[in-house]
Amino acid sequence: MATPKEVLVDPIFNNNPIALQVLGICSALAVTVNMSTTLVMCAAVIAVTTLSNTAVSLVRNRVPSSIRIIVQMTIIASLVIVVDQILQAVAYDISKSLSVFVGLIITNCIVMGRAEAFAMQNGPWLSALDGFGTALGYSVMLVAVALIREPLGSGTLLGFELLPRVADGGWYQANGMMLLAPSAFFIIGLFIWAIRVWKKDQIEEAEYEIEPNLQYKEAM
Amino acid sequence: MPDPKPGFNKEGLANVLLVAIAVCLVCSIVVSTAAVMLKPQQLRNQELDQKQNILRAAGMLPQGSNVDAQGRSIEELFSEFEVRAVDLATGEFTDAVDPRAYDPIKAAKDPARSRDLNDAEDIATLGRRENVSLVYIRERDGEIDKLVIPVRGYGLWGTLFGYLALEGDLQTVAGLGFYSQKETPGLGGEVDNPAWKAQWPGVALYDADGEPAVRLVKSRSAKGSEASRYEVDALSGATLTTRGVENLVRFWTGELGFGPFLDNLKSTS
Repeated sequence: MATPKEVLVDPIFNNNPIALQVLGICSALAVTVNMSTTLVMCAAVIAVTTLSNTAVSLVRNRVPSSIRIIVQMTIIASLVIVVDQILQAVAYDISKSLSVFVGLIITNCIVMGRAEAFAMQNGPWLSALDGFGTALGYSVMLVAVALIREPLGSGTLLGFELLPRVADGGWYQANGMMLLAPSAFFIIGLFIWAIRVWKKDQIEEAEYEIEPNLQYKEAM
Repeated sequence: MPDPKPGFNKEGLANVLLVAIAVCLVCSIVVSTAAVMLKPQQLRNQELDQKQNILRAAGMLPQGSNVDAQGRSIEELFSEFEVRAVDLATGEFTDAVDPRAYDPIKAAKDPARSRDLNDAEDIATLGRRENVSLVYIRERDGEIDKLVIPVRGYGLWGTLFGYLALEGDLQTVAGLGFYSQKETPGLGGEVDNPAWKAQWPGVALYDADGEPAVRLVKSRSAKGSEASRYEVDALSGATLTTRGVENLVRFWTGELGFGPFLDNLKSTS
């Protein structure tokens, strides 16, 4: 049985949902263009994952296994709609720039994955911690990506000017690729590399090895 | 939730139905409570956002600020504007719709309240144009001081929605701003760049024959020449967005847009 501390801290580096499980990539690409939307998205995912894990864990002993997935889905979808409604009421500008991505938390594999893999087998307290920790792992990754994309792409951080752009009369030639989704792929890839250099146990074993070509004369 | 009693069949049909109904009921109550309770605040936000867009287009709010130089709030500044509905075909004010509740973009999708545009007419790629649109007028001493019209048109990836503000002479641009666009970040997305938008105030809309003449150009004509009065820099690397902006300004100031209305205003004043 995992201790509460492990449940909370493990997903940050040892079992990061993005870097190791490679889940939740879609939103990681979409919302990391600037830091403010990233932070709000992270807060939304933390709230949804924590609450959905708690709720699923509370009803786990009553839910028949034949409909468990749809029950989890309903709970998650309801929480996401509530979060979306709250954002539209209190942070209208940011909710506009996040557009559909708050709604798409419903389909974020991380939320569903934790509900099915953890909350269905554990008590509400541990499940809440697990949800919080996993979402925190997701958030750490997103914030790190945004920390690179916003300054290099727009020369700003949280809207404050960091590198004055040529377009605004400064000296920094903004990197347009950083404003587009594919750049997050490269950055996440570099992070995965860095984490695996640091934590060697995350390196997967090769599934097969190519046999050395001993009959090289055949090719000639 | 307490552990079920012994002998309770979790997988039985009765429990499946019970759990399904209970989960749906609880979730729908939670969702609808949140939606209903937060609705007034959300509507207030939307309204405030629209007012802010109009004021920004008119150049009355400094970049990144919610109050003007004198510290007046959006509500205060907007209260000087009067919203009127305009019949675009005749160019007259109309009382057929309530301007505060009317949405021109929704009306453009309704065949009963809009007209079809043929290919030659439809330079801004709108498909249909509403019959009645809105204008926002600020008067000073009985004269029109600022007039803001909603504009929209297709760029590269999607429709750009914005407002075009005119000075009281109905010939000079006071500002252009988009509140929704899907153009390529860094290229066409530079329509939101304050440095680019700063070129719009002062641009002349109509040439000597009264035709819309705004042009977005690669290299500007000599300063002070007649042609340079109508010119704004194109967006580099964004030919289609540039063309879209030029076309949408021409469409909405033209014969099928607010042209007749502006002519009427000019002849009465």
